[in-house]
Order: sequence, then structure tokens, then C-alpha cells
Amino acid sequence: MAKVSFTPALQRFLSAPAVEVKAATLGEALAAVFTSKPALRGYLLDDQGALRRHVVVYVNGWPVKDRTGLSDPVSARDEIYVFQALTGG
Amino acid sequence: MVDRLHVGTRKGWFELARRGGDWEVSDCRFLGDPVSAVLADSDGAVYAALDLGHFGAKLWRRDRSGAWSECAVPVFPPKPADTGDDPHPWSLGKIWVLEPGGIPGRLWAGTMPGGLFRSDDGGRSWSLVETLWRMPERRQWAGVAGGEQPGINSVLVDPRNPQDIRIGVSTAGVWASTDGGASWRIINRGMYAEYMPPERREDPIVQDVHRLASCAARPEVVWCQHHNGVFRSEDAGATWRELAAIRPSKFGFAVAAHPRDPDTAWFVPAIKDERRIPVDGRLVVARTRDAGRSFEVLTEGLPQRHAYDLVWRHALAVDPSGEQLAFGSTTGGLWISGDGGKSWTMPDARLPPIAAVRFAQA
Repeated sequence: MAKVSFTPALQRFLSAPAVEVKAATLGEALAAVFTSKPALRGYLLDDQGALRRHVVVYVNGWPVKDRTGLSDPVSARDEIYVFQALTGG
Repeated sequence: MVDRLHVGTRKGWFELARRGGDWEVSDCRFLGDPVSAVLADSDGAVYAALDLGHFGAKLWRRDRSGAWSECAVPVFPPKPADTGDDPHPWSLGKIWVLEPGGIPGRLWAGTMPGGLFRSDDGGRSWSLVETLWRMPERRQWAGVAGGEQPGINSVLVDPRNPQDIRIGVSTAGVWASTDGGASWRIINRGMYAEYMPPERREDPIVQDVHRLASCAARPEVVWCQHHNGVFRSEDAGATWRELAAIRPSKFGFAVAAHPRDPDTAWFVPAIKDERRIPVDGRLVVARTRDAGRSFEVLTEGLPQRHAYDLVWRHALAVDPSGEQLAFGSTTGGLWISGDGGKSWTMPDARLPPIAAVRFAQA
């Protein structure tokens, strides 16, 4: 199971505790998160399903490459970290 | 007279209450977050649209009990593959204006990048007005202030007929629907755009309509603060006459229309676009009471030395009586008048930059 953690900055708006999900890609991992937490989707993705411009996702310490298709692979024991970019805001 | 004022700022939502003749901050919420639009609906609900730098546009609603809850936000549909050359993103930038729809539960949201959305359930769900969004002319809509996204800044709903709607677009003129949004046409004639090449100067779709305001009692009377002048229409936005008597300058963003007197309106002029500051550092309100033939420059209580406040398009409001006005500035100044603009006072608060003000009843 991959572990998905979220920036504390999100906690001002809604509860977003770390969760473990079974997924092969970042898109699948986020979809699994949104199944139980649908309100989170609009905070992380734009209307077309891409990562918001000022949201970044790291897998095992490195930023994901496919911000539009969310196709970066993930596997069990991966650590996915979702946080705000140091731009905008 | 109404006794509440809602203020949307760069750093949160504030409510002011009138106690006797004085206004004071009575509540605040979303401290630290940009509020792009506010609305107090006739059913007692208050809406605050947030424009979060990282996490996108959000919408919150306060019910009559005072409890806040997050609403749905407008969402654009999936972008079809054959629209690759569409210059505008199919994704909500921000909610720029919220207006009641004249039917219980109905709201209109004007947004960047130019989508108009409707809710029929008090903001619990939204649908894009696709008839407008899919018009081929929409691709000609130009961005706001050098940005890439156009924005719907004004939604006028005829109080006699909620199917009769006008919208103002930066930058794409005035659009009308007489069937509740099922069909649209651009209607403005008589405006001119100084900033365009001569052959396009009078083209309706290049007109930068900063803000529209109509007289509630005579909705066919509409006022416009345009990028290079102020204009008035007596036929619900179809034909426009420039009001050349405006002073001290013709540039500005905000306009408020008297709700009962169709000959009275207020503007907050500034030096034109390259600088966007008050003329001579004096903050003034321009009022006409004769349909724009002449203007008074109102200064009592307003800073007349080294004032560099600019007033954005949604940051000037008049109450239903036509006697109380309020405006807020880019430097967080907030001024309120109880005598139709003749004199102004500041509440005891130093607020963040102000995007929007709205009067309401407690």
C-alpha cells in the first residue's frame, strides 16, 4: 500500500489525514483518496483533472513529472506527499 | 435602512454593523484568505467566494443561524478534443461576481475565465451556461488587465422578469439573454475603445466594460464604467451615450446606480490605466443626479492629500434606500455615507485591500 500524506496547510479548510491506498499510478492513488474524501478533489485538481498550478506532489522525495495525466507510477511502500508549491498564494 | 455591510478583502471576509450612526466590525471569517466576491441574498444567506492561491476557488455560505458551510463551486465540463485552439482554460479561475437570480434558490456566478454559471439550489450545485460558453465569439473575448482570462464582472437580472439578463464582460462588451440564458447576443452599440486600432474602435466585442449597474425601479436604465469613459443606456444596454461631463477623470472601475431614481449614479474616478491612482492624490466620488448631464465631485470626509486608493469594480455599493453608500479601496480604506454620498466616515478598522462590498439587513 502506498501512503498518501497531505500538507498541514490543507487542514485549515478540511480534514485530510494520511491514508494508505492500493494504486499503480498517481492518478489511481488520488482517485482512491477522493472516493472516501470527495471534497478534497477540487483543492488538488483543476476542472480538467490536472494538478492545480500551485499544488505539487512528490513520490519518495521527488516531484512527479506528469502533472496533467497523473501517470507517474507508484508502488507499495511508496510515500506520496501532497503540498503547496512555494509560488502563488 | 439596512444595518449590515459585508466586505470581501485580500485577507478575509468582514461584517460591519451599524449601531446608531456608527459602523463597526461585528464579525470576520477566512482571515488570511482572499475573498473575491460577496453576496447577501434576500433569504438571509450570505455567500463568500474565496480565491485560494494554492487550492483554487471556493464558495462558502452562511445560513440564517449564522453557521458557515462550504458549497459546491462552479466546475467546467471536460474540454472536448476538438477545442484545442480555444484560448481560454476550461477550468475555474475565480468567482468574480455573485448575484441573486430573482427566483428562490437561484444564483448567478460570473467567473474568470468567462464562464457564467447558474445555481437553482442556493449554491449546492452549479451548471455552466453552455449556450454562452460555446458561442464561437467567446474565443474573441480578451483578458483582464493584460491577463489571459476574460471575466464576467456584472450580471443584471431584471427584477420584473428573471429571464431577462445582461452581463458585462472584461473584455467583451455587454451580452443579453431574454430567455433565462438559453440564447445570447451581444447588444452594446455606442461605446468606443480608445485603446484599439481605428477600424475596431467601435466594435461591440472589444469594449472593456469595467462594471454595469442598473436602476432597480427602472431596470432599462443602465450605467457603465468603461475603460475609457462612463456611459448610460436607457434601453437595457442596447445603445449607449457617453457622459462626457464626468470629472475629475473618466477612468475608473466602480459604478453604483440609485435604486429608485434613474437619474442618479455614483462613480469613483481615477487617473487612467497606466497609473490607476486618484487624480492629484485626492480621493473623490463623482455623483450625477441629472442622468449624467452634470456631475458633483464629493469630497467631505474623504482624504484630499496623498491618497492613492483605487476602488475596484465590486467595491462600491448603495443600499436599497439610495441613502447609504460604501466603498473600499486597494489600500484597505473603507468609507461609508448615510446621506447619499454628500459626506463619508471611516469605521475604526484598518482592513486588507478590498475587492467587494455589499449592504444587507441583519
